[in-house]
Amino acid sequence: MTSTVPRTGRPHLARFVKTRYDRSRERQVLLGPETVVVLNPTGADILGLCDGTRTVAEIVEELGRRYDRVVDDEVEAFLSKLVSRRWVEIDHG
Amino acid sequence: MVDGPLGVLAELTHACPLSCSYCSNPLELTKRSEELSTDEWRRVLDEAADLGVLQSHFSGGEPLLRRDLPDLVRHASGLGMYTNLVTSAIGLSRPRAEALRDAGLDHVQVSIQADEPVLSDRLAGISSFDKKIEAARLVKELGWPLTLNVVLHRQNIDRIAAILDWVEELEADRVELANTQYYGWALRNREALLPSREQLRHAEKVTREARERLRGRTDVIYVIPDYYAEYPKPCMGGWGSRQLVVGPEGNAWPCLSAHELPLPRANVREHDLAWIWRDSPLFSEFRGTDWMPDPCRSCDRREVDLGGCRCQAFQLTGDMYRTDPVCVLSPDRGLIDEAVTAANDPAAVPAGGTASEPVLVPMPAVRPHRAD
Repeated sequence: MTSTVPRTGRPHLARFVKTRYDRSRERQVLLGPETVVVLNPTGADILGLCDGTRTVAEIVEELGRRYDRVVDDEVEAFLSKLVSRRWVEIDHG
Repeated sequence: MVDGPLGVLAELTHACPLSCSYCSNPLELTKRSEELSTDEWRRVLDEAADLGVLQSHFSGGEPLLRRDLPDLVRHASGLGMYTNLVTSAIGLSRPRAEALRDAGLDHVQVSIQADEPVLSDRLAGISSFDKKIEAARLVKELGWPLTLNVVLHRQNIDRIAAILDWVEELEADRVELANTQYYGWALRNREALLPSREQLRHAEKVTREARERLRGRTDVIYVIPDYYAEYPKPCMGGWGSRQLVVGPEGNAWPCLSAHELPLPRANVREHDLAWIWRDSPLFSEFRGTDWMPDPCRSCDRREVDLGGCRCQAFQLTGDMYRTDPVCVLSPDRGLIDEAVTAANDPAAVPAGGTASEPVLVPMPAVRPHRAD
């Protein structure tokens, strides 16, 4: 089950989810109720930009400046997965 | 090099105001005077964080009976851990809840035994239903995500629709509808607890409908009883792989039922957690697949279910190295089928789902008692 992520929506972490750097795994991790997700560097970058002010389109654009190649579908697919788990919420409009 | 654990389950005490017939605590409960001190727990949490633990679950018994709970939560939170309280909610007064919130507690799980006071209080062995509902509301009011934990069994599973109405009414963020696992106390009370196939079919149908209705609001987690499954669960995601449990007296375990197994103890008072996790005979015993006998050793599923549950194998066959009897490929599956047949016998103990039916009280001789 995936959810639609509109390009004009502004994603942010759900209130009860946290991210932090884990020294022992040298990775950013996402922590929530009964949840630990060890993020890959791209996932961590995407989530780092989900501050509730940037739109999905702006996040894709910003990642484009950091990486050679960004497939916007991938960003949407990643966020869609997190939205369906209720770890990320999208402000519309 | 062994990967570090993701989570630690801290069983702070075996003392509990409830006396449920499926209690997961050992048959021999630790006395309060033998419990780890606040400083010892702080050290355990420090060592857990060094090992890579990211989540701490404070449980018991009833963890609220430890006066130092807010100190321990604050300590774990300061180490960057996501902190979780697993509670009966008895004793979760507003001042205590506020102290825990100030200490940085992230998430609260409240156990619910039934949908109404008569059955609930009978199952819990104490008047507690109204307090639980009140405490669940308080959890939401103070801004925590709320999980309701429901252990399902023969006596409450027919009430699942009404239990799910409470989930909706309380705006729980998650609900864990977990069928009883038959170890320890629950194994001794199995005849009174194991539901029939018809009961399960009904519960699964109701759960599917609720999952649709609550989509986007509440995560509905349903755990089937493995007696009705074909293959065993990959218990704890693998022995000594993701989680560790520390009991009130400081014994560390790969899972919360492992205290039943005839393996050498590993205690945090004698060893540091890194040695216990990486090198102790206890945690090394069933890591990976090398320990497996046939039929597991040559099975395509050996990396999927990891041989199933060692505790179940031991408790049902007396040999902790055998394939989990739940597996249809196990030579011991007959032990499970026998219990399932008994649970589906029309002459079996009545399902005490409603107050109007005969009341089935858990056998007093095997009910967990209050420590102290």
